[in-house]
Amino acid sequence: MENQACEITNIMNYPVDSPSVKKGVSKEKRRRIQNIGIIVLFLSLLISAVFLFIIVIFISIQGARILNWEFLTSMPRRSMTAGGILPAILGTFYLALGAILFALPLGVLSGIYLNEYARDNFIVRILKTGINNLAGVPSIVFGLFGLAVFVKFFGFGVSILSGSLTLGIMILPVIISTTVEALRSVPDSFREAAYGVGATKWQTIRGIVLPAALPGILTGVVLAIGRAAGETAPILFTAATFFSKKLPSSIMSPVQALPYHIYALMTEGTYPEKQVPIAYGSALVLLMLVLGMNLIAIIIRIRQRKKRQW
Amino acid sequence: MVEINVSQGLTEQKAAQSRMEKSNITVKNLNVFFKKNHALKNINLEIYCNNITAIIGPSGCGKSTLIRCLNRMNDIIPSAVVKGEVWIDGENIYSPEYDVYDLRKKVGMVFQKPNPFPKSIFENLAFGLRIHGITNKREIEDRVVSALKAAALWDEVADRLHDSAFSLSGGQQQRLCIARTLAIEPEIILFDEPCSALDPISTAKIEELMVSLKEKYTIVIVTHNMQQAARVSDWTAFLYLGELIEYNQTSKLFTNPKDPKTEAYITGRFG
Repeated sequence: MENQACEITNIMNYPVDSPSVKKGVSKEKRRRIQNIGIIVLFLSLLISAVFLFIIVIFISIQGARILNWEFLTSMPRRSMTAGGILPAILGTFYLALGAILFALPLGVLSGIYLNEYARDNFIVRILKTGINNLAGVPSIVFGLFGLAVFVKFFGFGVSILSGSLTLGIMILPVIISTTVEALRSVPDSFREAAYGVGATKWQTIRGIVLPAALPGILTGVVLAIGRAAGETAPILFTAATFFSKKLPSSIMSPVQALPYHIYALMTEGTYPEKQVPIAYGSALVLLMLVLGMNLIAIIIRIRQRKKRQW
Repeated sequence: MVEINVSQGLTEQKAAQSRMEKSNITVKNLNVFFKKNHALKNINLEIYCNNITAIIGPSGCGKSTLIRCLNRMNDIIPSAVVKGEVWIDGENIYSPEYDVYDLRKKVGMVFQKPNPFPKSIFENLAFGLRIHGITNKREIEDRVVSALKAAALWDEVADRLHDSAFSLSGGQQQRLCIARTLAIEPEIILFDEPCSALDPISTAKIEELMVSLKEKYTIVIVTHNMQQAARVSDWTAFLYLGELIEYNQTSKLFTNPKDPKTEAYITGRFG
């Protein structure tokens, strides 16, 4: 029995034919190697985490100096060397909202089709691969696409509409793939049970599968909103404006947005000593927005995990 | 003359009526293929109404496939091809114009593992009612309560109808699944190894329930447990490698099996 257990440990730690096994490595040495391995893994994690913390802390300290209620709720003044960032916050809000209004129905319906209806054939596999690759396309490419298609071809101009559609297309793959994942995690026994009481396919999806998958889909949607809010490149040519005196009046107006605002302040300003703090303030607001979104996603996921018992 | 005619008419009517009530299931020349695997080979079987019919046989013999043919559950497996006929209430359920959703309302099913919906106890039953067009709140409530009573679950859940179905024990969940089937008022109930995931006490309760249900329903049960088949069923079909080896009244099949394979199986020599 004892011997057997020993053998099993050996198999788990080393390939059977490795020379170290043949020579017979002492228990001591094996343990030491294992410990070194664990330390390397832990250090990697620590380094990654440290960078993240430094970013958050640095931005917080720099941004906190300028952050107050007035900063959040007033217009920029004196060619953006003073005043607040209200138009940028609102612009980001509108853009993210527009993107989600466009991408949510399209993405969820696509996901439902892919997971519930599509047969596993060549065309579907191509589509799936295409969607997955779309998620890896650099965001500036989406920006150029938006410029060519929405701004020029459809003639929407540089506007909230063009920017939202561009961002929407950028986050589509995220929403589709989280929808597919969430639907796939719903056990088939639920579907069988629904068919068993005489439900049609759509009744089964609508009444049973989709509600069970909803928390998972929501998690993806919230993360996608965060991504849409934080991107600069897709709105660079399609929606963002350097400065506007008024708040946007319709979906056809260009807007200021937080990420672009930071970029503009850091590159085009003539009074860096006054503009850089505003940029940090904007960065902090953006960071809180995105982290807040992620926090919401985490909360949804935890609640779902507690609730579901299958 | 006239009188005779009338009485003749009446007898005919009565016969027709009893035929209507007597919804036997007739399986004719049924073959099922999964890709190249010939899972059921030319099955012919008459399942009698208000009886419990058990389908027994070793794993992989096609018992689940057979029971799933009776409510066309195999339709959802893309690779399955079903050939042959199954007659219920004078209609071939495999004829192209037959409505499979009506069929599954008429032929309810309870599965191997309890599979309540991730909803409340009440909603588990109400779902089936709503999809069949019952919208009256009062009627839904009444039918939920009577189905829970019929499934001997009411006393245990009366005060927590709106709790999650997953808060119930395994045996209770299975009775909830039975109640869910009863709520839509089927004629036939299929049980696909309903007790294989349950403890002996829950099993006993389900068996007791099945026996009480045969008054109103025709029951078909797949089981790998021969004692269970002997305890609850009136008729037993023994399936082996996709073929129906023997079909007889349970008492006869177990005491006096005609086929040596049946005898070998029920005496535990293989399986």
